[in-house]
Amino acid sequence: MSVLELDDVSVTYRIASGEVPAVRGVSLTLDSGAALGVAGESGSGKSTLAMALLRLLPRDARVDGRILLDGEDVLTMKWGRMRAVRWAEASIVFQGAQHGLNPVRKIGDQIAEPLLVHGLARPEAARKRVAELLDQVGLPAWRARSYPHELSGGQRQRVMIAMALACSPRLIIADEPTTALDVMVQAQVLTLIKDLVAEHGISLIMISHDLSVLADVCDRLAVMYAGRIVEQGPSGEVFHDARHPYSKALAAAFPTVGDPAARLAPRGLGGDPPDPMRLPTGCSFHPRCPVALDECATLDVELWSAGERRTAACVHVRAKEEAS
Amino acid sequence: MTTVAATRRRQALSRFWADFRTHRAGVAGMVVLVAAVVLALIAPLFIDESVTSVVDTTGDDFDAPSLAFPFGTDESGRSILLMVWWGSRTSLLIGFLAALLSIVIGMVVGIAAGHFRGWLGAVLMRVTDWFLVLPSLVTALVLAAILGGSTFTIIMAIGITTWPSTARLIRAQTLAVESRPYIERSKALGAGHWHITTRHVLPNVAPLLLASTTLEVASAIVTESTLAFLGASANKTSWGTMLRGSYDFGAANEGAWWYILIPGLAILAVVMAFTLVGRALEAVLNPRLRRGA
Amino acid sequence: MTETQATKEKVSTAGASLLEARDLHVEFVARGRRARAVDGVNLSVGEGEIVALVGESGCGKTTLARTLLGLERPTSGEVRYGGAALDYGSKALKAYRRQVQLVLQDPTGSLNPRHTVYEAVAEGPRIHGLADEESAVASALSRAGLRPPERFFLRYPHELSGGQRQRVVIAGALALDPQVLVADEPVASLDASVRGEILALMLKLREELGLSALVVTHDLGLAWNIADRVAVMYLGRIVESGPVEQVLTAPRHPYTQALMSVLPESPERVVLTGEPPDPTRIPGGCRFHARCQILASGKAAEVGVDGKCRSELLDILPAVPVAQAACHYADVAG
Repeated sequence: MSVLELDDVSVTYRIASGEVPAVRGVSLTLDSGAALGVAGESGSGKSTLAMALLRLLPRDARVDGRILLDGEDVLTMKWGRMRAVRWAEASIVFQGAQHGLNPVRKIGDQIAEPLLVHGLARPEAARKRVAELLDQVGLPAWRARSYPHELSGGQRQRVMIAMALACSPRLIIADEPTTALDVMVQAQVLTLIKDLVAEHGISLIMISHDLSVLADVCDRLAVMYAGRIVEQGPSGEVFHDARHPYSKALAAAFPTVGDPAARLAPRGLGGDPPDPMRLPTGCSFHPRCPVALDECATLDVELWSAGERRTAACVHVRAKEEAS
Repeated sequence: MTTVAATRRRQALSRFWADFRTHRAGVAGMVVLVAAVVLALIAPLFIDESVTSVVDTTGDDFDAPSLAFPFGTDESGRSILLMVWWGSRTSLLIGFLAALLSIVIGMVVGIAAGHFRGWLGAVLMRVTDWFLVLPSLVTALVLAAILGGSTFTIIMAIGITTWPSTARLIRAQTLAVESRPYIERSKALGAGHWHITTRHVLPNVAPLLLASTTLEVASAIVTESTLAFLGASANKTSWGTMLRGSYDFGAANEGAWWYILIPGLAILAVVMAFTLVGRALEAVLNPRLRRGA
Repeated sequence: MTETQATKEKVSTAGASLLEARDLHVEFVARGRRARAVDGVNLSVGEGEIVALVGESGCGKTTLARTLLGLERPTSGEVRYGGAALDYGSKALKAYRRQVQLVLQDPTGSLNPRHTVYEAVAEGPRIHGLADEESAVASALSRAGLRPPERFFLRYPHELSGGQRQRVVIAGALALDPQVLVADEPVASLDASVRGEILALMLKLREELGLSALVVTHDLGLAWNIADRVAVMYLGRIVESGPVEQVLTAPRHPYTQALMSVLPESPERVVLTGEPPDPTRIPGGCRFHARCQILASGKAAEVGVDGKCRSELLDILPAVPVAQAACHYADVAG
C-alpha cells in the first residue's frame, strides 16, 4: 500500500518577469515503510517538490497535479485538515538545524509543543513522551531541560528529528538533513534515520545532492534535473549502474575511496544547470550531455523502462529497450 | 574597456535615480534643496552685502509685509526677504562645511577603529565614546566663545562636536565588511591596510556616508542657528543671527511676527528638505532597509 | 599497486620541499582559556605535489592553513618556504604572497559583490604593481577555464554560477603566478556536478604549471580524487600521513580508520564515543585515547599498550613522505 502518490505534479512560481517552472510533471509512489531518495542539484526542483508535499510553498507558487497522502488529496484539503496532517501524518526535517530551533526555549518544551497544541497529550503525558522521543534519537532525557545553544550541531539535528517524530507521523520528509554536519556526526544522524525507518515502519523521503548518502539510506532513488525526474529505480542499481548520463555524473562526483578508476581522476560535468526560465529544447540535459545525439535537441524525452522497476529519460535507454 | 565600465556605472546611476524617484518625499526635498542652493549661489548677481547694512536702509523699523517689502522689515528697516536670501549663504555654507568636517573625521576614525582591531581601535573608540557623552551644544558654545565668532570657528565647533555618531555608524559597517571572506582573500593576495580600507571598506560604507551627510547638514544648520541665537555667532548675517536679532530687539513685543517667522520657516524648510533627501537616500542605498521596504 | 606506490614516493621525495611547517604551534585565548589550535605540526608540500589535509571541524586544519599563508603568526615553530624561514616583515610577506595563494570555500563570499570579474582578478596584479595587468587577467581567466576571458571581464559575481565564481577566485590567485595554492574546502559549497570540474582544474594546473597545492578538506573522497599525499589531523596534530593509496586503503591510526568507516558503503561503522574534541582541553597521553575504539575494545590492552595510550605522549610525526601514524598500538601491532 502506498503512503504517498504523486501524479503529474508541477510547481510554477509567478515572478515579475514571468513564470518559472520549478517542478515539471513529477509522478512518484512511496510504499508504506519504504525510503525514497530524491537527488539533484540546486535548482533541480527537489526542495520545491518536498515543500509542495505539505503545501508549505509561498503564495506565488502554483501547484498542479495530484498529491495523494494516504489516499487524501493534499492540494484540495481544507486548511484545518492540512494543519493536522502536517504533524500527525507527515512531518518535515529541514537542513540547517541551528535555525530550526527557538534559541530561548528549552528543547523539551519545543518537542512537546505540537502534542499540546493539537491536544494529543496532557502536560504530564507530554513530558513522558518527550523523554521517550529523546531516547529514540539517542539523547539522554535530561537534555529536555537544555537550551539549543548547549547542544552540538549533531545533537540539535537529533532534536529536530525528535520534533518530527513527536506526533508519530507515518511519513518523514528530510531535506538535506546532514548538510553542514561533520562526517562523523553525519554518519551518526544517518544511522539514526535508517534505524527509525527500519524499526518504526515510518516512510521516508530524503533529499540530498549527495547520491552516495542517499544510496546508503534509501531503497529507491529518483534523480531530478531541471524540474523533472530523469531516472528512477532501486538505489544500489541507480548508484552503481546509472542509465541516465546525469545520474552517472552525480554518482561519479562522490567517488568511492579505493576505486582505482576515480584515483587522480575527478569527474564532473561541463556547463551549468539550466535557467528554469530558459530551458533547452528537447531533453533539458542535452547541452551538458557527453553522449548527446542530434535528435536530443528536439526529442521530447519521457521516462522509458530501463529494466525491472527502473525508468530513465534518455534516448539511449529507449534504443536499448527497443533493441531487446 | 573603460568605456564599457563607464556605461555600467551610468546604468547603476540611472538605476539609483529610478529608485530614488519612487520616494516622493525625497524628490520634494531635493527640489527645495536645489532651489535653496541655486538661490544662495546666484544671490550676488542681484544683491550684495549692503542689504544687511544698518546704515543705508530704505524702509521704516518693523514695517509689516507690503509690496515694497514682501516679508516686512527689521528693527533697522532692512528687508527681511533680502536678509533671509543673503543669510542663506552663510547658513548653508556653515551647514555644508561643518557637516563635511564632521563626516570626514567620523569616517576616518570609524574606518580606522573598525579596521585596526588592536590597541589603536580600542583607543579610538574610547575617544569617540568620550566625545559622544560630551554635551555637544555646550561644548560647541564654549569652543565658539573661546575661539571667537568667525564663520571658520563656528564650522570647527560644530564639526568637532558632531562626528562621534558618524564614527560609531561607520565602525559598525566596517566591522561587518571586514568579516567577509573577500577581505581574507584580499589579504592573501598581499593587500595592505590602505588597499583594504580604500578598495573594499570605503565603497561599502560610502552609501551610508552619503545618506548620513545629508542628515548631518540639516543638524549643522540647526546647531548654527542655535549657537547664533545663544549669542555665539559669526558676525555675518545668517538665519540664526536674524532670529537672535528678533529676540534682542523685542520683535515679539512689537508684533513683528514676520521677523521671527520668516527666518524660522527658512530653517525649517531647508532642514526638512535635507532630512527628507537623507531618509530617501538611506532607503535607496542601504540594502538592509531596502529589503524591508 | 606497489608499482604506483613506488613512483609516487619517487615523485614526492624527488620534488624538493617547497612549503613546510616545522614544529608549528598556534595558540589562541578563547573565553579566558588557552586553545592550542595547532599543537606541533610538521608538514611539507613538495614541488608539484598535491597534499590533502583531512580532519573534522575544530581540528585546527584551517588555522594551520592560515598560518602557512602567513595570515596567522605561529606561537612557536616556523613556516618555511623554499628552504628559508618565513619573514614576517611587511615587504617580505608581500613578496611571499606572490608565491603562495589562497582559495576559499565559499566563492560567493570570496568576491566583493561590487567588483566586476576583471577587478576581482586584477586585484592581485594591482597590489603588486605588475606590468600589463590586462593580459595577466586574460591569461589567468583562460587558465582557470573561463574562455574567452573578455566575455567575463565586466560581469558581476551575482551574474555567474557557483562553479564560475570559484573559477574566478582561482583565476585571481593564478594572476600572481604562484607556486603553491592553499585551498580551504574548495568544492564544499559547490554543486555535485561542478565539483569534479573544479578538482580536475586543480589537477590540470599542476600538470601545466607545476603548481603545488595544499587542499584542506573533511572529505576523504576528495583526497582520493586529487591528492598525492594525505595528512590526517586530530586536535591540533597530524596523527597519520603518507601516500594516499597507502593511508586510505590501509589506515593504521584508529582515528583514520573511524573516518574511513563512516564513508557510505563501508562495511562496518565505527562510531566514536566521548566528548567531541575541544582544543582548550587536550587530553594527556595519546590525544585520541578518550575516544579510541581500539583502546575501548580492549585490543590495546591485548598487546599491552593501554597504559602508554593513557599516559605517554606521542612524538610529533616528522615531515617525511612515507606512511606513518602516531599511535602506540600501530607501533606494536604494525
